[in-house]
Amino acid sequence: MKSGTWFKLYIGVFLIFLYAPALLLPVFAFNDSSIVSFPLKGFTLNWFNVLWETEALHTATKNSLLIAVSTAIIATSLGILAARASSRYKFRGQKAVMGFIMVPLVLPEIIVGVSLLVVILQMGFDLSLWTIVLGHVLICTPFCVAILSSAFLSLDQSLEEASFDLGRSKLATFWLVTMPLVLPGVVSAMLISFTISLDEFIIAFFLAGTEPTLPVYIWGQLRFPQKLPSLMALGTILLILSLTLLATAEYFRRRSARKTGIEDAGGFL
Amino acid sequence: MSGFAKWRRSEEASGWLLVSPTLVYSILLLAAPLAMVIALSFWTQDYLDLDKTFTLKNYIEAWSEPIYQTLMARSLKISAFVTALTILLAFPVAYYVSFYVPQKRKPLWIFLITIPFWTSYLMRIFLWKVILGYNGVVNGSLLGLGVIEQPLSFILYNQNAVVVTLAHAWVPFAILPIFVALEKIDRSLLEAAEDLGDGPLRRFIRVTLPLAMPGVVAATVIVFIPTIGDYVTPRLVGGPNGLMISNMIELQFKKANNAPLGAALALSAMFLVSVVSLVFVWMNRKYLVGQK
Amino acid sequence: MTDPIIRLSGIDKFYGDFQALYNVNAEIRTGEFFSLLGPSGCGKTTLLRTIAGFEDVSAGHVEIAGQSMDNVPANRRPTNMVFQSYAIFPHMSVAENVAYGLKARKMPKEQIKTAVEAALKQVGLAGYGDRASHAMSGGQRQRVALARALVLKPKVLLLDEPLSALDKKMREQMQSELRHLQRAVGITFILVTHDQEEALTMSDRIAVMFEGRIGQLASPQELYRRPVNREVAEFIGVMNFLNVSVTNGAGGTFDCEIAGLGKATIPAEQAPGGVDASVTAGVRPEMLTILSDENSRSEREASGIVQDVYYYGDMTYYDVQLDGVDHPVTISMRNTAGRTVLSRKDRARVGWGAESVLLLK
Repeated sequence: MKSGTWFKLYIGVFLIFLYAPALLLPVFAFNDSSIVSFPLKGFTLNWFNVLWETEALHTATKNSLLIAVSTAIIATSLGILAARASSRYKFRGQKAVMGFIMVPLVLPEIIVGVSLLVVILQMGFDLSLWTIVLGHVLICTPFCVAILSSAFLSLDQSLEEASFDLGRSKLATFWLVTMPLVLPGVVSAMLISFTISLDEFIIAFFLAGTEPTLPVYIWGQLRFPQKLPSLMALGTILLILSLTLLATAEYFRRRSARKTGIEDAGGFL
Repeated sequence: MSGFAKWRRSEEASGWLLVSPTLVYSILLLAAPLAMVIALSFWTQDYLDLDKTFTLKNYIEAWSEPIYQTLMARSLKISAFVTALTILLAFPVAYYVSFYVPQKRKPLWIFLITIPFWTSYLMRIFLWKVILGYNGVVNGSLLGLGVIEQPLSFILYNQNAVVVTLAHAWVPFAILPIFVALEKIDRSLLEAAEDLGDGPLRRFIRVTLPLAMPGVVAATVIVFIPTIGDYVTPRLVGGPNGLMISNMIELQFKKANNAPLGAALALSAMFLVSVVSLVFVWMNRKYLVGQK
Repeated sequence: MTDPIIRLSGIDKFYGDFQALYNVNAEIRTGEFFSLLGPSGCGKTTLLRTIAGFEDVSAGHVEIAGQSMDNVPANRRPTNMVFQSYAIFPHMSVAENVAYGLKARKMPKEQIKTAVEAALKQVGLAGYGDRASHAMSGGQRQRVALARALVLKPKVLLLDEPLSALDKKMREQMQSELRHLQRAVGITFILVTHDQEEALTMSDRIAVMFEGRIGQLASPQELYRRPVNREVAEFIGVMNFLNVSVTNGAGGTFDCEIAGLGKATIPAEQAPGGVDASVTAGVRPEMLTILSDENSRSEREASGIVQDVYYYGDMTYYDVQLDGVDHPVTISMRNTAGRTVLSRKDRARVGWGAESVLLLK
């Protein structure tokens, strides 16, 4: 079929467009030249070695990890509560409440960053890593709610009723039946939040105090051309890390879907 | 009736109780700060002193100064172009995955499409600079192929570069809702259209597209609104004429120390994109009925 | 007769402004196979769930084995349920599923093991204990669900449309197995179903429900032979309805003129709802006879024209338009040796008897 061939050609070009930056990242990370441009000069691991020796980078990484882990835990906890409430209970104003919780999904991040900055400064608090966590939890919670809602919804409600009917209390039912079956969704939500937080720049830039996060550190370094090749190496490591985490998240989400007997073709959103 | 009232009370109560921590968080860290920003936009700041007398001065300035007018108009224009380009790029891909890829491989394709999104955000933008630059990948390839004699200079440090880079960043977000809408289309509807005499093109225009519109509208809103808030892309690839309103907002809050004006600019930008989005949704309302 | 195991008195159930159950009263006997039958949305599942304790009643009381169930939650009621979706815990093996309720009772491990094995054997799944439950087929899941409930030796087993997800052949096999199982364990079963054939073949007694009310509670035979109203008669099997005018209602009998059939005197017990202007005459297809040869005679005869013939091999169904009636009646005839099968447009003599006519409202 002729239209099919054109279609495939378009998809091919589109995939090149989509992957161009991601593919260039490792290319320049291993390129033996201090200028990030073509033509390529040769292979080196030097830029990765530079990363090991940069103290500031290590501090920024530690900060980012602390923020990402805290964000993942808090956002997932808030997500579990909201997702459970929206999928199992009916209450007046439910749609409005859930819509409101999901708003950060479409709100420009600059608005989130600016408004939190204003409040924190007005309240007289100092900017710190924790102020970034506050902002990140806000933008990650909607993702967690979305993932966990589908986990709770795909759970056959009669499983919980069956447990109750067979003599277990509501609490025992939650731990013995509900939790094991939505656990993959919980893991998936945590990994997604962790990944989003680790890479988030716009909010972090507004809310960072004296301690930079990894993206804030990278932003600072982008101005210095001689730092660029090592940043490419750093980007490569981050990409691999993100992909590993996401593949794990996807694996758990699918396993969750399979366990509860739901076939689906959904992605992360 | 009292028994029912009891039941409803308990279900209501459980629902509210469960949702309240998340709700309280959102109120404290989203609603309250937004209210604060709104208040701030009616105040004035002189270095570090905040004057809390009500004034419309910031809004008057935001809406009348040529520099802000230019930036606001340019931002809306760039966001609109980004949205249009994103949807145009995304629709065929979503269509391909939904209609051509076998059911079992669809999740893999969706995964493939979302991967590049997880490259470090800053790094990705920076790499577009490398791709579009004077000695970049595009110019290198075109020179090598003999298509051009001189490197093209109109592809970096201008609004085109901003549009391309942002479209690249947002395209996965546009593919997903369109894909979901296409997946929901009952395939027998298409067969029915064909059976009733429609060719492939007429079938697409009369059946597929209208049924996919909810996804297109969702994608438009998801891309259009947040795009206005990006200040990194214009800064890195936009050059002097590619800066957007967000760069000005950032400047007011950080270096210029005029938070009230920044707040007024941010809220004005939000107001404009919201109005444009609402009008767009309203124009497409006939496609959205019957959707849940 | 033994005391009822379940007594339902004056049960109302509201969902918002919608009333799902209206003043339901019923007694279910110890050890019987009881069915709740009705079209979808009639409240049968809601009633079952109020017995199980998943739904609070808005008014009225549920009593099980003489104990009031007011404020007794589902996990402390002497009932267990087989769910429509079976609700087999997908993250547990078959044996773990069956042991789930016993573990809640803190039974010693060895005893649990023995009980689980016995229960699995009872439902024909001996040796399946270690299987992953999500790898079981529909019919097998059903058995696991049965074993999981029966192992707790409930006073009443509740079954919510347990056969609706099975294909026809499997369903028929499970119907007879369920009946045997019920006799073997002697536990009271309450089955919810929308399939009248299933209810008729399996149950000792059936409650037919319409729009939140019990239309009739009786044995299958009685339901079929003596439906109390037109609604029940239409839902259970096929019933022909003919206009009737009652000329005299004295002395425990009604003198009737039945359209297409003729005059008859009908005893009052064949008019369970009494007689007024809205009453119609109902007669089952097998209670009408086609008199196909010259010599056959009946107590009463009518005549009409054959409109359609449906030949089933063992049976033939005729649509016959009786003289003076504008819609055809259905007549079923067994195809015994030597009996002629009529064709369309043939004139038919129809034999009938007053004892098979019901006056229904």
